[in-house]
Amino acid sequence: MSLAESVLQGNRLALARLLTQVENESQEGVEELNRLFPYTGKAHIVGVTGAPGTGKSSLVNQLVYAFRHPEGEQKPVRVAVVAVDPSSPFSGGAILGDRVRMRDVAGDADVFIRSTASRGALGGVAASTAKIVQVFDAAGFEMIFIETVGAGQAEVDIARLAHTVVVVEAPGLGDDIQAIKAGILEIADIIVLNKADRPLADNAERVLRTMLEMAGNRQKVEEGKPSNEWIPPLIRTIATEGKGIREVCEAIQEHGRYLHSSGEWGRRERLRLQTELENRLQAALLKRLQDSISIETYENLLNEIVSRQLSPYQALEILLDGVKQ
Amino acid sequence: MSERKIRVLIAKPGLDGHDRGAKVVARALRDAGMEVIYTGLRQTPEMVAEAALQEDVDVVGLSILSGAHMALVPRILDLLRAQGQENVKVFVGGIIPDEDIPHLLEMGVMGVYGPGTLTEQIIKDISAAVGRVDQTSPR
Repeated sequence: MSLAESVLQGNRLALARLLTQVENESQEGVEELNRLFPYTGKAHIVGVTGAPGTGKSSLVNQLVYAFRHPEGEQKPVRVAVVAVDPSSPFSGGAILGDRVRMRDVAGDADVFIRSTASRGALGGVAASTAKIVQVFDAAGFEMIFIETVGAGQAEVDIARLAHTVVVVEAPGLGDDIQAIKAGILEIADIIVLNKADRPLADNAERVLRTMLEMAGNRQKVEEGKPSNEWIPPLIRTIATEGKGIREVCEAIQEHGRYLHSSGEWGRRERLRLQTELENRLQAALLKRLQDSISIETYENLLNEIVSRQLSPYQALEILLDGVKQ
Repeated sequence: MSERKIRVLIAKPGLDGHDRGAKVVARALRDAGMEVIYTGLRQTPEMVAEAALQEDVDVVGLSILSGAHMALVPRILDLLRAQGQENVKVFVGGIIPDEDIPHLLEMGVMGVYGPGTLTEQIIKDISAAVGRVDQTSPR
């Protein structure tokens, strides 16, 4: 039986092994992923991002637990987590520590957590993250959380990978200018103010609310009519105590319903897959290019750039001419 | 980057609360180019085995200072075998009395590393046991 078949039948070890193949872009991994792809497209993909230490892992731990133990009539959903931590730019190694905060969901057979290293990618996720999500999706996980590396202002790749983006903020991280800068807050579908018991939490909330109101007004002015667009809710949480977690769960579900009723789900799906296709294309073309250039030629040109005999642009022309021939 | 990285789970099963050694080893393995999954304190054998499965690791490092190694280590080895991960290499660090070391090795433990071990030794042993050296050479 192929790994893909075993994964579809719910074999967890096969799932773990396939994730490794897929992460390493082995030939086998690519083939198995091709087999699984028709089974994807069902999961709700939720990105969780924010600065280092804002509490992303603790929040994900609580959210997974809450989705596994829903209140009332709701059915528990199967949940997978892809947690990304940075690779060392020097050794290529990594410490993947997100599991430390995710112990409340250990021992649950309908939860699967996979830690991955960013392996040189700079956008907050790894090049393999989209593929890992696809494997989980095909394996029948209905909700997939992607926890990004601790993100600064510009690590916004998650916006093109997830259906719903949760941006986690914490008190004391910046003033109102930070809040109106372009970047990470712009991609938020839900804003969580974690560590809301800390001093300055009220301050942070005021700043974030002002920012949200400005965004809301802008939409109204542009369209000349009341906006029925999604306005990101701001939710205060204390993840370590489980406070505010139900509200975040409800907001995630509400956003899912909004995406479907507004047609935005289809648009985001298309954008997601387009982004993936573009990334694959870039990677493949880059590899083809690199394979066609000998290391010797490359080193020689680099030496000439260092000694200022050639500019980087001139070297580029020589390299590309070589590729054309 | 299509080469396979060595993936190591560093876990602290049992009830002692000293994870300095585990962190030193985790950091050294990181600097040797490995991807180290760190789970934190007070893990049950079941949690360690489950993390090893989900993360599809090549190696599991167990740090035990509580004296419970003769109970915890065989339990974890059994669980790994039962879930089809008999190929995963397991090493043990911490405070292990000399007379227990042969027993642990006999159970199938790859190595036992007490205080004073050079981290280079652990890296060398892991690379040999897994059968490849991990060093990306950025072009």
